[in-house]
Amino acid sequence: MESLVIHGLNALLYSSVLFLIAGGLSLIYGVMRILNLAHGSLYAIGAYVTAWSIGAASAAGAPNALLFLLLPAGAVAAAAVGAALEPTLLRPFYRRPEEYQLLVTFGLLMIIEDCLHLIWGPNPLSAGKVYQLAGSVTIGTSRYPAYNLAVIAIGILSALALWAFIYRTRFGVVLRATSQNMRMALALGVNVNRIYIQAFTIGCLMAGLGGAIVVPGQSAVLGMGVEALVLAFVVVVIGGLGSLEGAFAGALIVGFLRETGIALFPEVELAVLYLIAAVVLLVRPAGLFGRA
Amino acid sequence: MPKNRPLLMVLAWLIPVAIALLAAPYVVGPFHTLTLMYGLVFGIGVLGFNLLLGYTGLLSFGHSAYFGAGAYTVAFMVKYFKIASMELFLAGSVLVSVVISLVFGIVCVRYTRIFFGILTLALSQVLWSLAFKFFWVTGGTDGLRVPTPSLLGMSPGTDKMEFLAFQYYYYVLAVFAVCVAVMWVIVHSPFGKALQAIRDNETRAEFIGIRIRRFRLIAFVVSGAFAGLAGALWAPLNGLATPDILVWTFSGEIVFMAVLGGFHNFIGPIVGAMAFTYLKTYAVGLTVYWQLALGTVLVVLVLALPKGIMGLVELIVARLRRPR
Repeated sequence: MESLVIHGLNALLYSSVLFLIAGGLSLIYGVMRILNLAHGSLYAIGAYVTAWSIGAASAAGAPNALLFLLLPAGAVAAAAVGAALEPTLLRPFYRRPEEYQLLVTFGLLMIIEDCLHLIWGPNPLSAGKVYQLAGSVTIGTSRYPAYNLAVIAIGILSALALWAFIYRTRFGVVLRATSQNMRMALALGVNVNRIYIQAFTIGCLMAGLGGAIVVPGQSAVLGMGVEALVLAFVVVVIGGLGSLEGAFAGALIVGFLRETGIALFPEVELAVLYLIAAVVLLVRPAGLFGRA
Repeated sequence: MPKNRPLLMVLAWLIPVAIALLAAPYVVGPFHTLTLMYGLVFGIGVLGFNLLLGYTGLLSFGHSAYFGAGAYTVAFMVKYFKIASMELFLAGSVLVSVVISLVFGIVCVRYTRIFFGILTLALSQVLWSLAFKFFWVTGGTDGLRVPTPSLLGMSPGTDKMEFLAFQYYYYVLAVFAVCVAVMWVIVHSPFGKALQAIRDNETRAEFIGIRIRRFRLIAFVVSGAFAGLAGALWAPLNGLATPDILVWTFSGEIVFMAVLGGFHNFIGPIVGAMAFTYLKTYAVGLTVYWQLALGTVLVVLVLALPKGIMGLVELIVARLRRPR
């Protein structure tokens, strides 16, 4: 029973991070119809910037409370990179066939991966101090890291915030309108360029936040973005590309499957995930929540 | 004007290229011969890939799976069946990649455009994760060693470099020539024309009686077979089959090669594979940040030169021909 609770919490932890990455990917696709292969790299930027700033602050002797405040630094950095990329590199590609869109984001992925290498070197970067400072809570007879609970809370809160933002604000209405019919929105006087840049920035902010909250628990390493991207693909394929509810459900499904897989059949754990994504596509081509 | 002028035009550049390729090992030394060989091997794979992208209009982001399946088949045949014959390697690899691409293809050809890309990517990662996790079978990240094979029943000499730069080079060149010829016949056959019809207008193609899904599946399998063959040729050259060639970023490199050469052109993929191999060899030799360099090339390429090298060549030729 107790170990079940802990497995459940681990699954939720994993789902929270996955939702942040895949939700951003799905939001960007939903609004702009562009599949960003560099999305995982923005997650890596979030992880690196947070790890670096926490490391630098704690080396400079900053008070412990400040270290927690530095957590969102990675999210802000990823959002800034996103805001700079959309108008410069992606905008020329909306009218071109999607192979070019995929290729330009693939080139971006290569560039960002090596920039991280160039700036922070080949060694993993860790922000483990925050993880330790958060302490642990007791569940039954075993202890569970309190930081993990905070990550779960952040995941749930950001899902709620995003939902409220998209379904309960004026900006959200305009965003959804643009996503459903870009030309009509344009004709009705929506500044589509501005919507695109805002949507892309929010998507990148989410990916960066995912990286930022993951990094105290595990180090920032090269290649983390490439790995995360494929998992995010699995999530959006299961949930439906372009749907936030889908990303949420998909992240939960993948999170729990992965935790079960690691516990029961570690060798084929990843293979099973990819196969499930393929089966979902066969049965429901647009994903569980997608509109075809 | 003579009736067979196009044929003469083709021969006019084909013969010098063929002579250059045949003479290469005696002229440029082992380093360039080996690089050239990598180019030829990737050329076969990208040629197969381009049957899907250039001729059928399907962008696969999972061709690492078939290339890697070919390479791993060779490694398995060495490790578990103690086979050393290159001909058997080629046959086995083509067989395995045909089976895998048939299974994956049945799933993937139900979709087009972006979903096709994601699905091919996700399925290719099934193979990667299996190669990565079943380390007692596949050697995990260390990979599996592939020794020098025997060619046409003749066992290789003791000098590996000598073997690779001469005997194996000509072997690869011969297979390459056959592959190019086969692909030429395929794309100029009624089947190839049907694929192009599907690419250009799916609905019209269906109305004139083309069974779209079946044609796409056949194209997918042929494409996978070429990639598997390339993987089999690559394995002895590299000496090692590792999971690196199954990761989806390698599929990205295959797409890169096709676009670099120009995927609207028959020989574009070959030119792209050559250019990419040299570009990567020099970039890796020059700096550890070769990904940064290649990524920048890719972004500039798609922004400024979307038709690739062959597109540029066609443009220049057209300029020169224009009457002044």
